[in-house]
Amino acid sequence: MRDHYQLIIIGAGPAGLAAAVTATNHGISCALLDEQASPGGQIYRAIESAPATRAQVLGSEYQQGKTLAEEFRACSVEYFPECKVWSLNSEREVGVLYKDQSKIISADQVLVASGAIERPVPFPGWTLPGVMQAGAGQILFKSAGVIPSDGVVLAGSGPLLLLLAWQYMQVGVEIKAMLDVTPHSNFLSALTKFPRALLAHHYLTKGLIYQRDLKRAGIVSKMAVSNLKAEGNGELQSISYRHLGREHSIETGLLMTHFGVIPDIWLTQAAGCQHRRDSSQQCWRPQHNEWGNTSIDGILIAGDGAGINGVRSAEYAGRLAVLQALFSLGVISQAERNQQSINPRKQMRKERHIRPFLEAYFAIPQNMLATTDKSTIICRCEEITAGEIRAAVDNAHGDSNQVKYLSRCGMGPCQGRQCANAVAHIVADAGGEAISDSSLFRGRPPVAPLTLAQLASLSAENAS
Amino acid sequence: MFKQLQNNDLGNLEVTLDGCKILVPQGTSVAAVVLAQGLRSTRTTPISNSPRAPFCMMGVCYDCLMIIDGKANQHSCATYVKQGMHVETQQGVGPALGDAR
Repeated sequence: MRDHYQLIIIGAGPAGLAAAVTATNHGISCALLDEQASPGGQIYRAIESAPATRAQVLGSEYQQGKTLAEEFRACSVEYFPECKVWSLNSEREVGVLYKDQSKIISADQVLVASGAIERPVPFPGWTLPGVMQAGAGQILFKSAGVIPSDGVVLAGSGPLLLLLAWQYMQVGVEIKAMLDVTPHSNFLSALTKFPRALLAHHYLTKGLIYQRDLKRAGIVSKMAVSNLKAEGNGELQSISYRHLGREHSIETGLLMTHFGVIPDIWLTQAAGCQHRRDSSQQCWRPQHNEWGNTSIDGILIAGDGAGINGVRSAEYAGRLAVLQALFSLGVISQAERNQQSINPRKQMRKERHIRPFLEAYFAIPQNMLATTDKSTIICRCEEITAGEIRAAVDNAHGDSNQVKYLSRCGMGPCQGRQCANAVAHIVADAGGEAISDSSLFRGRPPVAPLTLAQLASLSAENAS
Repeated sequence: MFKQLQNNDLGNLEVTLDGCKILVPQGTSVAAVVLAQGLRSTRTTPISNSPRAPFCMMGVCYDCLMIIDGKANQHSCATYVKQGMHVETQQGVGPALGDAR
């Protein structure tokens, strides 16, 4: 690993891989840092090693990643897998941990392709063993061929839930029920977005086929479910929910939930990039322009880390951001940048036609984002409940960060990744304030836990 | 709760899980292996001693922390199995610095 590169790319998902290929085609020195052992990110996880039968069940969209991974392996990027990035600052200095050695490296341009995380939505019992995110179920399947053995209940909202149900059905997993929390009112708000979504009708068709197949297989599916609860002593034993005004319960040892995905912004926050609340996507994301420039010179963002637009869009965004980086480096002219951007930009626009419809249709109900159930744990690490957070709001003058200092929520090892959004919503709700750009916890380096020994290895590195 | 889709995925690396020797496939995360082995929880919390299990499987939630080769607080979802690895369920914060350095 060198001390300096012209371009550092963080993340080996679709945006990062496409960016690395484009960058090295132009002959610049480029490093790609990624926490996983192999390229692909979460969406193309284990793309190089998944057996053919498994890849087939995962579908054509997954298999598209194979070509990208091959192009990536053939390019001249310096690839550092199993590399933890724990810091990024406005001087484009990147703190990394690689082979148990800390190092600060720098670049003229940094492209953050951090991707997305699942939106954590707290509900009673969500910390019990046996409750997992749907993405976790998919990762187990993609990377290890591990699937539920005694059935599973799927609950929540969004395309991934449907996709996972369909994939599980293909490999014979018993789906005890599909519980969709999408309220009927979303249908109306999504209606106006429908004409544009028709421009991306292949996504709609795929969704309808999945739904049809699940129905034909006789899988129980309930719409507009509320009051989801996971119950059990020390582990999940049953779940309960409300449907059409009545309470129901299902015995199950496994519940997988999904409430959409949100950008992973811990690194751009730590760098001091400006972030905005995106009300349509119900998340915070780094402010950026059409080339992926953030508010900090030389720091670019591409892919779902910039705002959720899906896997194909991420790839094009990665290419566009690199064209901008190449222009800033003086490798290509403005005219060349503009010329080469025409096709990826056109493709990217096409991919995004579906998004406003999906965002409106799968919007998470406000009462789930800001739970009023006082006993629900919000901060999984420090075990702080919604009641404790609400009680702290007055003394904290309605500021999330003050709530954090008073209650310790967000101060555990996950550094608020699981509670920041819920705390922002609960604090706004309790204080009667509107959610805003600054409702989220501030993010600071190190963005990943390091041992003191690992941090101290920096001085040995600098002395050598 | 979980199983391996294909039997031929059972693998040939020998790993010790809470004192028992098991065979696991190469290129798999510790979390995937222990879930497939039927382990319900991977740790208990330092605050209330409540059991927890892998939740996100992508390095975000820190609920899959385990003691791996004597080191506490290791991300089992982001650690890949190796021949001879010792994996243990973690109680609370785990043993005081197993890191021998």
